[in-house]
Amino acid sequence: MTTASPEKVDPGVQQDLTPDSITLADTPWVTVVWNDPVNLMSYVTFVFQKHFGYGKKKAEKLMMEVHEDGRSVVSSGSREEMERDVQAMHEYGLWATLSKAE
Amino acid sequence: MTSGFVRHRRSKRVIATFPVFEADLLRSLAGQLVELLHNESAVVRTEMDPLEALLDFSGPTTEPDDPVLQRLFPSAYRDDDEAAGEFRRYTEGTLRDGKARAAAAIIDALEEAGLPPEPDEDITIDVELDDELALTWLRSLTDLRLAFGTRLGVEEGDEDFWESLPDEDPRAQAHHVYDWLGFLQETLVRSVR
Repeated sequence: MTTASPEKVDPGVQQDLTPDSITLADTPWVTVVWNDPVNLMSYVTFVFQKHFGYGKKKAEKLMMEVHEDGRSVVSSGSREEMERDVQAMHEYGLWATLSKAE
Repeated sequence: MTSGFVRHRRSKRVIATFPVFEADLLRSLAGQLVELLHNESAVVRTEMDPLEALLDFSGPTTEPDDPVLQRLFPSAYRDDDEAAGEFRRYTEGTLRDGKARAAAAIIDALEEAGLPPEPDEDITIDVELDDELALTWLRSLTDLRLAFGTRLGVEEGDEDFWESLPDEDPRAQAHHVYDWLGFLQETLVRSVR
C-alpha cells in the first residue's frame, strides 16, 4: 500500500505537528480479517481480489495468513476507509474488524 | 444431484441444473434466512421435529443474542464497545436489508427458472446467472453456510466427527446440506473468476 507523505504535500504544516499527530495523519487504521471454520479458501481469495482489486498472488497470500495465523491485515488507511472495508467484508460474510495500526 | 455451476462458454453466463427437490430445498433455506433477517422475535415452535429444528433459522431468536446473527453482523471493534455500537447503528440495517435481498434474489431466480410453488413432479430447474446475480448468489450461499455452520457448531478440521455420526442423526443430515451448499459455492466461485 502506498500513501502520500504529509511533508511532501505541505512541508509548512508539518513543522506544527507533534510526532503523534503526524502518525495520526498517516495511515493509522487497519482492517483485520479473522479466520473462521466456515468460509471457503477459494471464496476468501475471491473476495480479496474483488473488493480490494488485489492480484491473485497477493489475495492468496493474505488468505493463507488468515487461515494459518488466524488473522491478516488486509488493508490500511483512514478510519472512515477502514469502516467501509469492514462493512464490505461483512457484506461478503467475512469476519472483519478495524483497529489502530500497531 | 446437481453437478454445480459451470460457465457457459458462449453466453458467458453461469449455469446450473438442479433436480426439483434440490431447488426446492434451496428456496426453503433462502426463505428461512429472509425470515431470520427480518424477524428477531420469532415465536418458539415446539412441535418441530429435530431435523426441522436444525434447518430452521427462523426459530426463537433474540437479536443480538442469536449466534447466527452475531456471526452475520460481527462487532467491528474488538476492544471498543462504544465505537462498535456506533458502527452497528449505522451499518446493521443496511447489511440486513442487503442480505435479505440477496436471499430473495435466489428465490426469484429459482422461480423464474420454473420452480413451481409446490413441486409434485420430477422435473429439473435450469438456473442461469449473469455476473451480478452470480455475485449475489455467492454472498447469500455464504450467509446460508454461516447460519448452518453456527447452528451446527462446525469447527476447523472436524470432518471426522460429522462422518462418524449415524445417518439417521439429524445433525448428520443437516451437515450433508451444509456440505452440499459448500459444494455449490465452490463450483460457483470457480465459474465466476
